[in-house]
Amino acid sequence: MNHTSAQAPAWQESIFKVLKEGGIRQVAYVPDAGHSHVIRSAIADPEIEDIVLTTEEEGVALVSGAWLGGQRAALLMQSSGVGNCVNMFSLLQAGDFPFLTLVTMRGEYAEFNPWQGPMGRATQAALELMGIHVLRVSRPEDVEEIVSAGLDAAFGAGEKVAVLLGQDLIGRKKWERN
Amino acid sequence: MNQKTSTPQADRREFVAKLMAAAPDALIVTGLGSASYDVFASGDRDGNYYLWGAMGGACPMALGLALAQPDKSVVVITGDGEQLMGIGSLGTIGVKQPKNLTIVVLDNGHFGETGMQRSHSSLGTDLVAVAKGFGIANAFSVSDVDSCASIAEGINARQGTAFVQVLIQSDEPPRALPPRDGPYIKNRFRSALGLKPF
Repeated sequence: MNHTSAQAPAWQESIFKVLKEGGIRQVAYVPDAGHSHVIRSAIADPEIEDIVLTTEEEGVALVSGAWLGGQRAALLMQSSGVGNCVNMFSLLQAGDFPFLTLVTMRGEYAEFNPWQGPMGRATQAALELMGIHVLRVSRPEDVEEIVSAGLDAAFGAGEKVAVLLGQDLIGRKKWERN
Repeated sequence: MNQKTSTPQADRREFVAKLMAAAPDALIVTGLGSASYDVFASGDRDGNYYLWGAMGGACPMALGLALAQPDKSVVVITGDGEQLMGIGSLGTIGVKQPKNLTIVVLDNGHFGETGMQRSHSSLGTDLVAVAKGFGIANAFSVSDVDSCASIAEGINARQGTAFVQVLIQSDEPPRALPPRDGPYIKNRFRSALGLKPF
């Protein structure tokens, strides 16, 4: 697998553009291949703090703390991470914090790893059970608009929003190492 | 075993009151339970954010705040149980090393809110060693209220991340309940920083 030289898909570039233009100053993440361009770009951008997390629930508290201090922050994770966050999502409701998370989906389309299935299939329902508004993207040409809509709802209306980036959008994971 | 009954131990209310008095401008995030009561009993401030839930969230919340407000001193005041649930956040903080963040863990070696069951810190875990292992070099343990002065100096100087384990008595002082209204404490906190509603 090549980690550095491959050109990122245009939809990944458009996500970073939306975050940057939307005034996001902190990007917290547990990595996923689908987020790799945004993570690299956040690390390279001197105006954005990149925060690597040990578990996704830290990110729920971290982005709330950022808002308490006057900054917009976003949380990047994959669908398995949603399960790790469930009780911490209480903070968003009890404290009424704006929230934007971008979730790369696994376990729903051409999945190779059966361990991704249970949480992947429960991701949207788990988010909705905890009061988070879910938007979904499946087509590359829709990414910029829908991520932008999520950002506007979060920081314009104080909504708690998850944008699910479908596994059909991300594509099949390559399991062979060259 | 780190929190031993044979070592001298500080009175939690006295310790927190002295620390807060010596760091009057610090922004404080409290972990749920007794730590929130201690901070509220020491004097309610607009710059206090009290957690009543979100166990494990005090440190990462304070990290987001510290990164957003680098010119303000940010202090976590929490207990050993809350810190243990969010133990990985010490690694996240160790990566970022915010100069303006101090973590104060009031450690009685027990889960005080749920009936004083023993916690890991009286059953083998050394929280200072854990913090150091996660890359927070300035991690140390204290057990007397006189140490508040030097801890507050560090808080006010904002020269590096610090982790302070405070060995406290495992008594239960009277409850002093801070506001549970999350939007209220959020809005007054932000207002005190000059931030406007959206």
